[in-house]
Amino acid sequence: MPADPVLTLVWAGIIGLAIFIYVVTDGFDLGIGILFPVMAPGAERETAIATIKPVWDANQTWLVLGGGGVFAAFPLAYAILMPAVYAPLIAMLLGLIFRGVAFKYRARTTRIWLWDFAFFAGSTLAAFSQGVILGAVLQGVKVAGRAYAGGWWDWLSPFSLLTGASVVAAYALLGACWLIWRTEGAVQDHAYRMAWRGGAASIMAIGAVSLATPFLNHDYFSHWFEAPGYYYSAPVPVLVTITGLLFIRALRRRAEVAPFLLAQALFLLTFIGLGISIFPWAVPGEVTIWQAASAANAQAFMLVGVGALLPVILGYTSYAYWLFRGKVGAEGYA
Amino acid sequence: MFDEMSALALARFQFAFTVSFHFIFPAFSIGLASYLAVLEGLWLKTGRDVYLQLFRYWLKIFAIAFGMGVVSGIVMAYQFGSNWSAFSDKAGPVIGPLMAYEVLSAFFLESGFLGVMLFGLDRVGKKLHFLATCLVAIGTTISAFWIIAVNSWMQTPQGFGIAPNGQFYATDWFAVVFNPSMPYRLVHTLLGAYLTTALVVGAVGAFHLLKDRKMGRAPQQATKIMFAMAMGMVAVTAPLQVLAGHEHGVNTLEHQPAKIAAMEGHYESHDRAAPLILFGVPDDERQVMDYKIEVPALGSLVLQHDIEAPTTGLDKVAPENRARVAFPFYAFRVMVGLGVLMLLLGGWAAYSAWRGRLFENRWLHRLALMLGPAGFIAVLAGWITTETGRQPFTVFGVLRTADSASPLAAPAVAASLIAFIVVYFFVFGVGTWFILKLMKSEPSPAEPGPPPEQAADVGSLPPGAPFGFQLAE
Repeated sequence: MPADPVLTLVWAGIIGLAIFIYVVTDGFDLGIGILFPVMAPGAERETAIATIKPVWDANQTWLVLGGGGVFAAFPLAYAILMPAVYAPLIAMLLGLIFRGVAFKYRARTTRIWLWDFAFFAGSTLAAFSQGVILGAVLQGVKVAGRAYAGGWWDWLSPFSLLTGASVVAAYALLGACWLIWRTEGAVQDHAYRMAWRGGAASIMAIGAVSLATPFLNHDYFSHWFEAPGYYYSAPVPVLVTITGLLFIRALRRRAEVAPFLLAQALFLLTFIGLGISIFPWAVPGEVTIWQAASAANAQAFMLVGVGALLPVILGYTSYAYWLFRGKVGAEGYA
Repeated sequence: MFDEMSALALARFQFAFTVSFHFIFPAFSIGLASYLAVLEGLWLKTGRDVYLQLFRYWLKIFAIAFGMGVVSGIVMAYQFGSNWSAFSDKAGPVIGPLMAYEVLSAFFLESGFLGVMLFGLDRVGKKLHFLATCLVAIGTTISAFWIIAVNSWMQTPQGFGIAPNGQFYATDWFAVVFNPSMPYRLVHTLLGAYLTTALVVGAVGAFHLLKDRKMGRAPQQATKIMFAMAMGMVAVTAPLQVLAGHEHGVNTLEHQPAKIAAMEGHYESHDRAAPLILFGVPDDERQVMDYKIEVPALGSLVLQHDIEAPTTGLDKVAPENRARVAFPFYAFRVMVGLGVLMLLLGGWAAYSAWRGRLFENRWLHRLALMLGPAGFIAVLAGWITTETGRQPFTVFGVLRTADSASPLAAPAVAASLIAFIVVYFFVFGVGTWFILKLMKSEPSPAEPGPPPEQAADVGSLPPGAPFGFQLAE
């Protein structure tokens, strides 16, 4: 049962979409965990966590769709990459365990500091690991036959540490912007200050990763600096610069929703940038998405489900967000 | 030691450990979600406050159990790739889509409406809230459907071919999903989940009945109702489960006779009148059952309803395809033994209720309390039976476990295994302790919902929300 080239492209798009929705939604609630230590215990932390309580679980489900989608639509890529990023993958899962249960436990415990720390450490570890995994995949892994052929520390490099730190900074930025939107008063004031720092760190991170990536391998380089690649890729850095400037202006004017949307736009642009670098590889330099593709009837069978259910999912997820809309006050927690 | 303990053995142990821990939570939350939907439905229908008390009481426990199920479930989703990459590569085109359907049709439904269920009563009103509760309950059941389809396909694979590159591919999706063991396993598992929940609810009710009697005070109305509902559920589901388990066994005999031989401890075949081995000590080296206590001819009668029926023993299975007998043999006996106790509890409770002594019979309450964790143990024992009985294959008869693992070094698997063990015992130990603490207090007319921090007043709807009360205090 051979793979189908068009279906494969569609599935690459669906998985890209799932991962993108994951990073911009779970990104902001992980970001709140990352920022937890600089928030004051009591009203500020309670307000911040109250804004994400009804939605974080649904946000995290996109990660399961992303992983499950790769497993089903590109099983060979899944089989090669998961062992290649074994250590950061396990670290991410453990981080997600700690921060996930912290939501429930911190409301039940007398040792709230312990679960606040678990919430912070788990969120930060999960974000950092995701960045490391991204870097490890971008820099390439050793393959022999249909399996990973490297060691279990191959993922570790200055580049993967840089991408790890970058994702932490970027999630923190999203978290701060989310708080600007959803809170008011002192909590919001603090969120503006955090957004300035998060924004500066994120823009530096984007710059550093953008400069390093094209030199990882020649394919990436040619996509950015050689014809015809740069006709498509050249607008990306220009748009990043414009979005960055708009973001600074929005913070200056104390806009409430614009910073969050612009931060998401920055994510979208970097996401497109990563896509330009990596396409059409599923495992960079080794396996293309067409080589990794699942049987055509598997992709088609799932596409029916996605076509029928994804609009419904987007519908009720939006409904849940709408239901818990508006500013979250601290006065309810006295 | 590390050389002896291969990466494969460590990966198997890691899967067994993480899946066993994980399965405890869905086994409980599938049943509890449905119980919550029933309670809320009864509250809406009768308007009696006591159902709302019970709903709030169990909702707090559900929130913690569900949370633990979610985080331990993500580990499972990624472990296929991390530790079983060869299996993922080969089986991905067949079971991958089924798991993707689980995410699309169940996980999003559960996680999307859980927030409404926990925090939304004052925002959406009673009817929509009830709908959210029902959707979460339905989501847990759909999730069971898909993951049981995957597991059953691994037990009784059909509707597939093997491509030149070694990958499986589906030739008939309907045959893949509704493979021969799937309906039996699904019913058996769902009934197990309901029974597990009923036993927990019953034990909590029994605990408070006993405590109230000791303190010389009358039990709360809510306590009596939950005990009565739980015992009613046990009385109905325990016999059904025995029946379903039997049918599942007959189905296994047809499709996986080697597994039945291991479960029954039959090293040798019988032309007729196979005995039923009640107990013994299996010895795989010598392929004999030591110290066995057996009932003549009953084995053929139970599984084949015919005393003349021949039975296949492990002697007719190629040595390299035999499972190790000890796991399925002992685990099966644990499950059946607990099943008998559950049957006894259900019958006794029904008799007590008929005599009008359901809330007075202290010995009944003691048995109910004792059997509180029995459902979890039975469900795990059942899983150990079916999973170890499938060995040495991951996809029965087609793909060997030894050919399924990732190319990882033993230290990598050992390190992650140790990390999982430490974290799971700590994190889920704490969660279980929180749940037990909640169970220790009796549901009361002033039953609070999830604590203030959990049920925060999110957003700024006009004050005096439509139904004027919240789940939270």
